[in-house]
Amino acid sequence: MYPPNFEYYVPSTVDEAVGLLDQYPGEAKILAGGQSLLAMMKLRLAQPAILVDINRIPNLAYVREDDKFLRIGATTRTAELSRSTVVQARYPILADAGREIADPIVRNRGTVGGNVSHGDPGNDLPACLLALGGEFEIHGPKGVRTLPARGFYQDSFVTSVAPNEMMTEIRVPRPGPGTGSAYSKMERKVGDFATVGVGARVVVDSSGKILNAGIGLTNVGPTAIYAGAASDFLAGKTDSEAVLAQAAVLARDASTPAADNRGPVDFKRDMVRVWTRRTLRKALDRATGGL
Amino acid sequence: MAIDAVEVQSAMPNHRARTIHVTVNGVPRESHVEARTLLVSYLREHLRLTGTHIGCDTGHCGACTVLVDGTPVKSCMFLAVQSDGSEVRTVEGLETGGKLHPVQEGFHKEHGLQCGYCTPGMMMTSVALLAANPNPTEDEIRRGISGNLCRCTGYVNIVKAIQSAAKEMAAPPKGGP
Repeated sequence: MYPPNFEYYVPSTVDEAVGLLDQYPGEAKILAGGQSLLAMMKLRLAQPAILVDINRIPNLAYVREDDKFLRIGATTRTAELSRSTVVQARYPILADAGREIADPIVRNRGTVGGNVSHGDPGNDLPACLLALGGEFEIHGPKGVRTLPARGFYQDSFVTSVAPNEMMTEIRVPRPGPGTGSAYSKMERKVGDFATVGVGARVVVDSSGKILNAGIGLTNVGPTAIYAGAASDFLAGKTDSEAVLAQAAVLARDASTPAADNRGPVDFKRDMVRVWTRRTLRKALDRATGGL
Repeated sequence: MAIDAVEVQSAMPNHRARTIHVTVNGVPRESHVEARTLLVSYLREHLRLTGTHIGCDTGHCGACTVLVDGTPVKSCMFLAVQSDGSEVRTVEGLETGGKLHPVQEGFHKEHGLQCGYCTPGMMMTSVALLAANPNPTEDEIRRGISGNLCRCTGYVNIVKAIQSAAKEMAAPPKGGP
């Protein structure tokens, strides 16, 4: 099975890549890991006339932390997330997701930037970035802009990135003391998209009071969902099973799943409740007791 | 291959085809390929290395797994032009000097296959798994091969085969002290 014909360009800088995207508006697509795009092209779900392969742009694959952010380069392979010691130690939600995305071989190739910017509601990293309050660096012909993850996902496969723009960096604010995070994925089998996925980040003080929280949901709506009401509800509450149960109901109410071969609507909504409670518990345990 | 190359070159406008330099199983190759040619098609149809199998063709099954610069990738989800400048290793590259690779020995000894369709991909993943982690637990093996599907469900023997290979590769060379 061959993809439809296309013209292939291999830029060596971000500016060159953006220049190509701008020169062929709507016709050119970025090829990063290709683990979604090439399959879609083979199935004729996508037929871009031009592919801009960004894999040979130097210095776009990195995971590093500075005094403000964890910074992840767009072409970093998703397998790197669970291998990175700084991610394991301080951003365990991303290490969790890095073990759950697709399968180990796909993770050797699929990129963080692709997972985040493809806009597929089944991709696992968007919910994590929503929970973490992450932000994205976007390069376009007029320069660089930064967009918060919350508000970035507009519809299935539609994000705030314009056709002549390219995501270059994914940023997560450095966690303060008392931060814990986790991602859990209910899946039928390795390699499947989530039936339900939940990312959670919490910050607690020494008395067990939750200072703030963020919850993101995978594959239970047309986009990844930020469960704002559930997140806000937790702020100021003292950790208890009753409080988590109430937050989980609010997260369930934020979901709008479609019925498919992974299950009917009511089942998926209830699984959002169950997996939100479990994931919050895991994040809180990590916040108070280390990993 | 040479005949293909000339035809493709004359028929294709610029940017739809490229000349690539790839080392496949230690042999340097120069080929002219359409940009849309997948690595698996390049290996099978241009180089006639048909040991690499096409299974699902959509990145799920892992039958087409090969090593690109030592990393397992699904060659049906990878353009041949993307391998330009790389070293590619396929199942044909495992045997050296008439001697099977310990992973091949393991699959033979432990009957790690039934129909054999998944086997080339399964073995390439195993080679990379053991290179990264020479003494994996059973759980690490099972997670490590979770991107390779065996529809005969021969996983029990596949795990045994990989364990056998790990043991063989860890053994001190014969005749040593």
